[in-house]
Amino acid sequence: MKTKNWVIIILAVLVFSSCQNSSKKEGTTKSGESDISLTGAGATFPMPYYNMVFNQYTENTGAEVTYGGIGSGGGIRSLTDRVVDFGATDAYLEDEQLAEMPAEVVHIPTVIGAVVIAYNLPNVEGLKLSDDLLEKIFMGEITRWNHPEIQNNNPDLSLPDLAINVIYRSDGSGTTHIFSDYMAKISPRWEKEVGAGKALQWPVGMGAKGNPGVAGTIKQTEGSIGYIGSEYAFAQKIQSASVQNSSGKYILPSTESVSAAAKGNIPDDTRVMLTNSDDPDAYPISGFTWIIIYKEQNYNSRTREQALGTVELLSWLVSDEAQGMAEKVHYSPLADATVEKAKAILQSVTWEGESLLNISETNEQ
Amino acid sequence: MNSDKITKGVLQSVSFIILLLAGGMFYSLVEGSIPAFREFGPGFIVSGEWNPRSGEEEYGALPFIAGTLITSVLALIISLPLSFSASLFLGEYYRGTRMAKILGSMVDLLAGIPSIVYGLWGFYVLRPFLIELGVPNQGFGVFTAGIILAIMIIPFATSLSTEIISMVPVELKEAAYSLGATRSEVAFNVIVPSARSGIIAGYILAFGRALGETMAVTMLIGNANIIPNGLFSTGNTMASLIANQFGEAGGLKLSALIAIGLLLFVITGIINAMGKFIIKKMD
Repeated sequence: MKTKNWVIIILAVLVFSSCQNSSKKEGTTKSGESDISLTGAGATFPMPYYNMVFNQYTENTGAEVTYGGIGSGGGIRSLTDRVVDFGATDAYLEDEQLAEMPAEVVHIPTVIGAVVIAYNLPNVEGLKLSDDLLEKIFMGEITRWNHPEIQNNNPDLSLPDLAINVIYRSDGSGTTHIFSDYMAKISPRWEKEVGAGKALQWPVGMGAKGNPGVAGTIKQTEGSIGYIGSEYAFAQKIQSASVQNSSGKYILPSTESVSAAAKGNIPDDTRVMLTNSDDPDAYPISGFTWIIIYKEQNYNSRTREQALGTVELLSWLVSDEAQGMAEKVHYSPLADATVEKAKAILQSVTWEGESLLNISETNEQ
Repeated sequence: MNSDKITKGVLQSVSFIILLLAGGMFYSLVEGSIPAFREFGPGFIVSGEWNPRSGEEEYGALPFIAGTLITSVLALIISLPLSFSASLFLGEYYRGTRMAKILGSMVDLLAGIPSIVYGLWGFYVLRPFLIELGVPNQGFGVFTAGIILAIMIIPFATSLSTEIISMVPVELKEAAYSLGATRSEVAFNVIVPSARSGIIAGYILAFGRALGETMAVTMLIGNANIIPNGLFSTGNTMASLIANQFGEAGGLKLSALIAIGLLLFVITGIINAMGKFIIKKMD
């Protein structure tokens, strides 16, 4: 009996290791052009997208890309400590934060996401929430679902006599940042009393950890309302409310309405919050997520190949091929104008003063 | 003769590594928390404010110290009758029987269940049940967290107490019986007093475990950064706050989180020292 077990274990190990060998061989024969390995870390919000496109990139070029979802704050720290090739963040670095970095840093937007207002009311579909209602619910001023103001805004719905239970993210999160930035834009009171940030001092409600935590708590609790990252909400088909945009239209979150938020003018360094967009078709609680890198790529003991690889990966990320994959995992692709700006930023990234993209092009010729 | 020296040397250096690790951990906690203490002074410990808004940042540890102590004390109170009865049952009344073996391994099994599984059970089973009973805040809060913690620490309190109770000398018990004492008189007047230092040690160990418990608490306490204002209030604990917030924290906030980690370290240390002191005094 014992020897039999041992034989099985040894066989399993052999089979497993031979599998690994063969897959490695396959990989090198398929693409053996590049043996670069790039490392990035940061935001968890774009992780499903990054996982997919980085895999695709490895298939295309052979370059290995490792990404660790440790949170935007962790991504910024890792880049500051220069332990990664790129960092990723859901909130752009403010001027003071940029000044604190050891060298100049640039932002490259990679994809657009949104935050949906999810709720759990039995037999109530198509809830519409005005700016005013959002403020009053999340400030704890309206505490019951059948409050006349909610009812007047939703004359077709029969709203139950249930307590409103606000759920927020207990962990610091880019999702909270986008949501609170929107709230601060539509409500002076919110701006004054709560403000915008990755973590807040909430006037009412209780916290749950991560998108799954918030979604799970809402699902479990009748009468609850909260906000969830669109990539999670769309994938899980979570019921969400339509929200009033700056043109007064009620918009349901979808990849199209989220994309519309970025159609307007954005600054050249792309550091902008897309919330409360002017576009009449835009879903108003939308935002970019960025990858951040040093403008001068010759630092520490990095090789020129490593630097070239980083820039090539990022310029592929904003290409049609990578952007086209965004919707598969429920993100919205960048608008063409944004892509142009991202390319211009990448053009400015250098190796000892020389544009890396130019180097890359001459290499190809 | 040489091999003796080598063995001694190896053991010494390995033990020294452990000392170095503990010391290094303490040092980095202290170093990381300096900015927070410099900014807020010792008032950090007693301030109830937790405002992460940039520009108005203000952090205080009191809500989390309160949350941690309240949930842990609650857990201790709830688990006390359960684990005390179980250890008397296992260590005296049914000592060595099949029943005791089964029950004993069940108790040990409780100790092996990962925290997240307790959290899941609490979230999907215990919480709906408490809502039925009329617990407010959708069943989230320090009370629910305390119940889960109580179940989690039962094995820690029980196993040590059982061990000590079963070690009470037979002569002592027989002497009591020969004087005409009943079984329960022997249990409460002979066994418990002579095993009390071990029993208390078990509860202190269990309390220490409750202080640091993270995942199950996070899932049930409601994560509101306020000082709990009642048994059913929501709140947050030190460990749960750190687990929730460290990922996106930076600057002053990160330092405040590390400072809370340091405080948790110190509180756990004090509890352990108190335990040792009590045990020493009783012996």
